[in-house]
Amino acid sequence: MITAFSQDMMGLVNKVRAKLDQVNDYVAEGSLKTEVSFIKAPMGKVKVYFKKPDKFKLKKEGGISILPRGGVSINLSSIATTNNFAAIAAGESIVDGIQTKVVKLLPTDENSEIILSTLYIDELNQLVRKAVTTTKENGTYEITMTYGKYSNFGLPDKVVFNFNTKDYKLPKGVTLEFDGDEKSSDFDKLKNRKGKVEIKYTSYIVNMGVNDNVFN
Amino acid sequence: MWKLLQIELYKIFHRPRTYISFAAITALIGVIQLGLKMDGEAYIDFLMSNLKDTFEFDGKILNGYFVCYIILQLLLIHVPLLIALIAGDMISGEANMGTLRLLLTKPVSKTEFMLAKFFAASTYTFLLLVWIAILALADSIFLFGTDDLLLQKTLYVVQIDRHDVFWRYIGAFCFAFLSMLTVTALGFFLSNFAENSIGPIVATMSIIIVFTILSTMTIPLFQKIQPYLFTTHMVNWKEFFDEKVDAQNVVIKGSIQNSQKIFNSALILLLHIVGFVSAAIFVFKKRDVLS
Repeated sequence: MITAFSQDMMGLVNKVRAKLDQVNDYVAEGSLKTEVSFIKAPMGKVKVYFKKPDKFKLKKEGGISILPRGGVSINLSSIATTNNFAAIAAGESIVDGIQTKVVKLLPTDENSEIILSTLYIDELNQLVRKAVTTTKENGTYEITMTYGKYSNFGLPDKVVFNFNTKDYKLPKGVTLEFDGDEKSSDFDKLKNRKGKVEIKYTSYIVNMGVNDNVFN
Repeated sequence: MWKLLQIELYKIFHRPRTYISFAAITALIGVIQLGLKMDGEAYIDFLMSNLKDTFEFDGKILNGYFVCYIILQLLLIHVPLLIALIAGDMISGEANMGTLRLLLTKPVSKTEFMLAKFFAASTYTFLLLVWIAILALADSIFLFGTDDLLLQKTLYVVQIDRHDVFWRYIGAFCFAFLSMLTVTALGFFLSNFAENSIGPIVATMSIIIVFTILSTMTIPLFQKIQPYLFTTHMVNWKEFFDEKVDAQNVVIKGSIQNSQKIFNSALILLLHIVGFVSAAIFVFKKRDVLS
């Protein structure tokens, strides 16, 4: 019974994979917003490069990008296009008002960086609406996707990464800030939030080739 | 007045001692820039070690703006000592050489004489800061290029867009000029009370050192008096490098987190300058010049 259920889920995952498999590479443009309680960062334009099977690079146009370690590079392609995993059904759930099938992906490769991925798949449109991924090195990430005009390729218009952050405090001897522990009201307001990175894509150039040097 | 100022400037800039400060600044900034050029990435790794476990950074953190910030942080504590060398000598130096009484035989008022002396010392302070700006900012931009300015504060990290940095440095240097002018005014005031330069110079340096220590120690007793020490306000040029954020914690470009603090500190420093110079003129006018 479990095997039959698993096969069903493999079928669904394979349909999603087939959609994503249409994309060999892409260059996308968009904007990046970093929301971390102890980081004051401006919104910036970014360029995202992807090449099969798992090359991924996000570059901020003229500026420093701050991203959760390992988190953003864990994209759908790297999750769903891996062959060595078992798919287990885990019920149904509603994501952003859309009915989804919950599928847990367990890698069979012991060396895999990903320990467990939970995909919330929109069966009707064969799109992953949400993914919760636990990694060996970098903790758990929740990725929520919103689709628009590139949904035929399974490429989202908006991706939101949620992750846990550690506490931040530096000794005054390092920062040379000796003028008291003044906290701004903005700081208090945001103190208990989780980390969040939001990428809004404005355009994709799909399957037009991407130079490998971009990923170095 | 203009003639008096020209004479005073001539005297300042024809003294070899004046150029010690410029040479010291050049050497200090050069050493910092050389060190960061050779091994700056290791320094950045050390600074970022707290964050690099959780975050990946892509971009040039070690850039000209960042180097300039490090230099200013280290240097603006020490520059007052160099300013004291000239400011503390303005009146006492003349007394020591026996030229003070001779100068006052000219048909100028004591107030004019004192103001010309103070403006000359202020010009020296201004030029020293311009020299720091050229070496610390322009030279660092040339050597390290530009990018966003990423600063680690004690409780949070601030990233300032590279197009939003330069005007902050202009503001910071203007504020630093006000800070250094306070030291100039203090040295100038103390210069009234001695017949040789060593006393006022050492006294100015001592006051700066003691006040700076009191300003930086987080002991409750000292914290009560810190708002009344001008050295506490002298470091507030750093406030130009903090930004406001919106409800989503996204930086509002062109904003300053605590502009009121800058304004208050600038006002306090200005009051100190006016106070020290007025007191110096008052004391000098009452003084019977015998040397």
